[in-house]
Amino acid sequence: MAVAMPTMKVRPAGDCVWEIPPSEKPGMRVPARIYASEMLLAQMDRGVFDQVTNVACLPGIVRAALCMPDGHWGYGFPIGGVAAFRADTGVISPGGIGFDINCGMRLIRTHLTEADVRPKLRELVDALFRAVPSGVGAHGFVRLTEVEFRQAMVEGAGWCVRHGYGWPEDLEHTEGGGCLPGADPAHVSARALERGLKQLGTLGSGNHYLEIQVVHPGAIHDPEVARTLGVDRPGQVFIMFHCGSRGFGHQIGTDYLRRFDQAMPRYGITVNDRELVCAPFRSPEGQAYFGAMTAAANTAFANRQVITHRVREIMASVFRRDPRELDLSVVYDVCHNTAKLERHVVDGEPQDLVVHRKGATRAFGPGAPDVPDAYRAVGQPVIIGGSMETGSALLVGTAHAMAETFGSTAHGAGRTMSRHQAKRRVHGARLIQEMEARGILVRAASTSGVAEEAGFAYKDLAAVVDVLHRLDISRKVVSLTPIGNIKG
Amino acid sequence: MGRYEVLEDVALADCALEVEGRDLNDLFETAAVALTELMVDPATVETSVERAIALSADKLDLLLYDWLSELIYRKDRDQEVFPQAYVRVSGNGPFRLEATVRGGIIDRAHTALRADPKAVTFHQFAVTAVDGGWRARIVIDI
Repeated sequence: MAVAMPTMKVRPAGDCVWEIPPSEKPGMRVPARIYASEMLLAQMDRGVFDQVTNVACLPGIVRAALCMPDGHWGYGFPIGGVAAFRADTGVISPGGIGFDINCGMRLIRTHLTEADVRPKLRELVDALFRAVPSGVGAHGFVRLTEVEFRQAMVEGAGWCVRHGYGWPEDLEHTEGGGCLPGADPAHVSARALERGLKQLGTLGSGNHYLEIQVVHPGAIHDPEVARTLGVDRPGQVFIMFHCGSRGFGHQIGTDYLRRFDQAMPRYGITVNDRELVCAPFRSPEGQAYFGAMTAAANTAFANRQVITHRVREIMASVFRRDPRELDLSVVYDVCHNTAKLERHVVDGEPQDLVVHRKGATRAFGPGAPDVPDAYRAVGQPVIIGGSMETGSALLVGTAHAMAETFGSTAHGAGRTMSRHQAKRRVHGARLIQEMEARGILVRAASTSGVAEEAGFAYKDLAAVVDVLHRLDISRKVVSLTPIGNIKG
Repeated sequence: MGRYEVLEDVALADCALEVEGRDLNDLFETAAVALTELMVDPATVETSVERAIALSADKLDLLLYDWLSELIYRKDRDQEVFPQAYVRVSGNGPFRLEATVRGGIIDRAHTALRADPKAVTFHQFAVTAVDGGWRARIVIDI
């Protein structure tokens, strides 16, 4: 059975796998492959199909342009898009990483249970809201000099740990050790530095958040792997937060989108969507962007490390115990928006590829490179955020993901409607009241922002996670339910 | 001032705007006001500063890109937003913009916050002459 879309055919290619063949759009070099159940596919907006097939037209793309089950309309790549390009002959595309370079997720474990936290929940949410600035115009509490900021571009989360904002073991449990190789501050503009200098330790806005979450007893899907990841008691409380490189990364994205727009014609490349402007990875422009992008990715790790430090301070203050006594160790930290140089097997041969993940998460399997020793047997933890009303999920990567999706998986639930539509359906202040009545306390810098992030604006996370599990590109371990939420 | 509307069915996670002005000055002013209204309720910003901005670009659409990018940059660098903008666009390639913007600090005690734009995207980005003036489509990463 072929699903007929308005402009192109989408054919089934396996359980939860759909393909758009290259014949469906001029310029496609490879198929487009969408991972989704029939229901999720039917919910996908027309932007997904147009955008994933545009990505399939980019030079040097390998195997297929991919879209994860949470796919929805982005601004070049679909959100949930993954594409790998040969490092020697392929391109790098800033739009395929996005402006919020290394937007990602960090999950922190505690020894506390819901029964411990509920009596102090309002105090905790209020204290975290004050300690982790959010919303438009926020400045952070860490004051770096320009020299120090350049150091953080190269050292990432390691700079923070060496300056007292974290524990050494935090780095072991961060993707890439919290510091990706190849950062080059020389390719970062003064504007980007000025824009980001005062924002270290801030959350941002939009779909960024910090949540206090609970593992309910029925939500542990794989008890053995859960124990390996530190989920060891019913009602255990976790803290999860979602944020990126802030204005620093956003400015780097802006700078290089502008630069590539001018440079791309010199390489004889044309694109269907101007946001996909690209240059050969090995070109001067490609290398300059990679160096700047990696600098931004490292500052995003630094940002999440500083926020971790603030969380520990607040938890210690509210519960009047040393942070170590509360555990507060990092389970893991993953990136959503990056291009990384990785080696994958393609047609039986190992190849160096520039893997673009735009609203997609790395999901390396057991024994793979960069999987921490503690998790080597079970695979890399994957943290997937749902909505503030319905919760999030913890999974692990798989060997099959390495073979099927360049070691990639989804990053969220995926939106079903625009921000404006969501705001017309619900008033933020009322939604906050309704959520409180259901036991979820929210503090937000913007009530309109809360409305935009209403649960009904997102797909069913359980449906997305089930597809990932069926595909065996990630295995579900635990579901996490929010009881407190801070957002911008 | 011209008019703008949010395109609800485009770019679900971001904000797609269609902006119209009777001339280029009006288009650029209206785009700036639309951007400010995305960020804050302008009625809650105390007017305390006036800034001069001068830009140039080879192409008209890039001038608009740079103009809005400049306002987003200042929002982060200085925590300033500008509900009022007076713009003069001149030239015919290269194009030049000279603007005076009036606004103030994002005061978290008094300013009603809305979204936090990250950047202007090139997705569907276009500046077009139409009957009665100019139209722009702009998708902003939120």
